[in-house]
Amino acid sequence: MSVKLGVPSKGRLMEKTFEWFAQHGVMLSRTGSEREYAGAVAGVEGIDLVLLSAGEIPRELAAGRIHLGVTGTDLIREKLVQWDQKVEEVCALGFGYADLVVAVPQAWVDVDTLDDLDAAASAFRAEHGFRLRIATKYHRLTREYLRHGGVADYQLVDSQGATEGTVKNLTAEAIADITSSGETLRANHLKILNEEPVLRSQATLLRSRTAPRDSQHKRALIALYDALGLDVRNRMVEG
Amino acid sequence: MTIAAQRAEAQRLRSAFEAAGGQPVECSILQPAELFLDLYGEDIRARAYVTQDPGRGEQMLRPDFTLPVVQMHMSQGAETGRYTYSGEVFRRQEDHPERASEYLQVGYEVFDGNDPAAVDAEVFALFSDVLRPFGLRASTGDMGILLAAVRGLETSERRRAALLRHIWRPKRFRALIDRFSGRAPVPPSRAALLATEDPMAGVATMIGLRSAQEIEARIDALRQDAAEPPLSAGQVALIDAVLAVRETCVFALEHLRDISVDMPAIGEAVERFAQRSEAMYRRGVDVASLDFEAAYGRTSMEYYDGFVFGFYAEARPDLPPVATGGRYDALTRRLGSGASAPAVGGVIRPDIICALESRS
Repeated sequence: MSVKLGVPSKGRLMEKTFEWFAQHGVMLSRTGSEREYAGAVAGVEGIDLVLLSAGEIPRELAAGRIHLGVTGTDLIREKLVQWDQKVEEVCALGFGYADLVVAVPQAWVDVDTLDDLDAAASAFRAEHGFRLRIATKYHRLTREYLRHGGVADYQLVDSQGATEGTVKNLTAEAIADITSSGETLRANHLKILNEEPVLRSQATLLRSRTAPRDSQHKRALIALYDALGLDVRNRMVEG
Repeated sequence: MTIAAQRAEAQRLRSAFEAAGGQPVECSILQPAELFLDLYGEDIRARAYVTQDPGRGEQMLRPDFTLPVVQMHMSQGAETGRYTYSGEVFRRQEDHPERASEYLQVGYEVFDGNDPAAVDAEVFALFSDVLRPFGLRASTGDMGILLAAVRGLETSERRRAALLRHIWRPKRFRALIDRFSGRAPVPPSRAALLATEDPMAGVATMIGLRSAQEIEARIDALRQDAAEPPLSAGQVALIDAVLAVRETCVFALEHLRDISVDMPAIGEAVERFAQRSEAMYRRGVDVASLDFEAAYGRTSMEYYDGFVFGFYAEARPDLPPVATGGRYDALTRRLGSGASAPAVGGVIRPDIICALESRS
């Protein structure tokens, strides 16, 4: 049986992943028609390419249906409970940088820290009769971050896209979202809190700790790790 | 450890609570989520199962019985009441998948404002009696003393309110104490804001529900706070002294009375502790060897605001407490929209009792 390598099936993340592997002498390619999600691997024996939505890769790794996968650390931490028991970070790939940050309207000149956000939330609840709304799709990470930061009197509202627009549309007072340059935030009159971000994320090659493996798998994994020139500490194939 | 054994133990406990005067009550498993969210905040979502009903809105698998029992009691408009219940509660265990996400709770709740010390003692003695066979260690505390200490601090009303709001979050509480006492530096962004004559001058676009007036009101509050003298080292030392009290009830009482000489604001709360100890003694509780910790219940028992207690298996520190309980007068005020009903109660986990018994 082959080692299954899951990579994002479209967009910049797919292109960058293909480039990164190509730089290491491993050629990934899509096969068949433009619309067909099938792929091939050249340069190492015993590896099958599986094209998946980046958001599904954490789940597939955790379930052990793929052995290796490329996705953002943000998705791994958000979607997997006890992620480090299910997957191992083999290698950070140096692209797809994005921070998960909490952002508030630029007009909130009085809010710069989590401390301020908490005080503003308290006053907001007293004034409006409901808890300050923070729009996000990263519920677990954001909740954990705010709990740790001692923020109370807020509520998370789900936003699966165009999160930066929720404040202007009056469906939230603040947001927690992924940003790389902060441009979209600024364009939407938002500013990032002056705190450590919720999470610093980048595209990462991960290994499933749960996928079934035999001696063939191990040989293929070692061959791939050799080709990628990975540091010896990152060459675990067990557990 | 079987479910049948747990149910049998739950039955035994509930019978004991009924014999003590508890009227048996039932509660729906599906509860409106709003009630719990309003009380516990967003954190409850990480600890409870929330589900969506197209007609009824967000529903929650009951994470505890206390809230629905309080609601039931308050809606009946009765003066006093003693209730017992037994059934499953549901808790998500995101960080501890090894812990039970569904388990039985048997509880006893008393609504009776006549003699708080006697009612506290009644509940504690009852739990102590039904749990006697298992050789557990009891811990007690009293959130009322810390609350009184904060209410009595010589500082602005706004600072006292901020501390009270975070009394159940020790880390945040400490950060506020450090800020108010000048031990932690003012963040540079705050200093810059306060140094600016018209901080709103550069604002080009207002978006969102939080208005310019609200922002200005907070800046005003920050200016007033900056003019406030720091919380004195003596006041901080008194709060620390209260938080550090951890000994048997008799010595703790003596110690707290000493502290109250310098901090008269806690005097009444300390005397309530004295009356409770006396009432517990009359009920046969060994007060001389009973542990008391002023900081007990601060992190895990957010709605308790007076007497708090827990029963633990000393030989099994890996297990959660067998029983927990306390006084929650403020909760009834919040749920009763104005009306209140002084209340004390507690719950026992039959699954933990069965886990203890299967080992021994």
